[in-house]
Amino acid sequence: MHVPDGFLDAPTSAATAAVAAGGVALALRGARRELDERTAPLAGLTAAFVFAVQMVNFPVGAGTSGHLMGGLLAAVLVGPWTAVLCLTVVLGVQALLFADGGLTALGTNVTLLGLVAVAVGWGVFRLLARLLPTTRGGVLTAAGVGAFLSVPVAALVFVGLFAVGGVADVPVGTVAAAMGGVHVLIGLGEAAITVAVVGAVLAVRPDLVHGARALRRATLLAERPASVPAGAR
Amino acid sequence: MSRRGRTLWVVGLVAALVVAGVVSSYASASPDGLEWAAEQSGFLSTAEDSAAATSPLADYGVSGVDSERLSGGLAGVIGVLVTLVLAGSLTLLLRRRSRSAATAED
Repeated sequence: MHVPDGFLDAPTSAATAAVAAGGVALALRGARRELDERTAPLAGLTAAFVFAVQMVNFPVGAGTSGHLMGGLLAAVLVGPWTAVLCLTVVLGVQALLFADGGLTALGTNVTLLGLVAVAVGWGVFRLLARLLPTTRGGVLTAAGVGAFLSVPVAALVFVGLFAVGGVADVPVGTVAAAMGGVHVLIGLGEAAITVAVVGAVLAVRPDLVHGARALRRATLLAERPASVPAGAR
Repeated sequence: MSRRGRTLWVVGLVAALVVAGVVSSYASASPDGLEWAAEQSGFLSTAEDSAAATSPLADYGVSGVDSERLSGGLAGVIGVLVTLVLAGSLTLLLRRRSRSAATAED
């Protein structure tokens, strides 16, 4: 979901650019708390990985496709503020070098795929992680649901922007129906990829997964010489 | 970075390069969700070419490379490396350089 130039009028694009700039400024401060000697190298890699996986569109239904947005994936791996920075770099590289997503729409895309997707995904993830058992399965379920919901919500926020500043004179209900339906399906792919990648990293380095810190504490508490740590299965 | 941390990092980078350089040529060429929805609702025509459309890497191809697979794969590899350098430098600049973080490394 990379918004091209031309879909939204200039005032709306300027407003989303201001929102994006504010969000990135906050993220630059917040990420300092998430990044240390151990996690910083993983953060750069996470951005590169999200760029790579975003290139692989998977088919959804007849004649349309979707790709990972990666906001929640990055947030679970390296923390939500760092995730906003990762997605901003990815979207900037895509817009400037690859002409994927418009230049005047860059603020819109950072707002949707960076701020909205990360905030919604992380909010849902944290809520579920608190409600579910502190196990690998609990973390992965929370990640899957958070990743899933982040996609249709970001799509509906685009519809909201279109309602305010869409250049074309098209009924908003029509746009909402088309955007919502297809992005529910893309959200399923987002959840599948997110769960697979988080699961793989949890299997080898659970200590490096930002969203699994509670799991690590529980594992340390439960660890006895004779028992298998829950995170090591 | 610890040895296991380094292993994870190298495996992750190789995975990203393979996904962008090779797997990407098997990606679905159908319009993505937004493009499809714009077409269905009748506003796809309002899309304008980006000012970056003349970039030598526009649309994930390297201009001058004829083979579609090679061109796309090369563009993907360049994109992964550029993203890694930019995001990596940014996060390294922002990281906490405390002694406790250094000694906590296993």
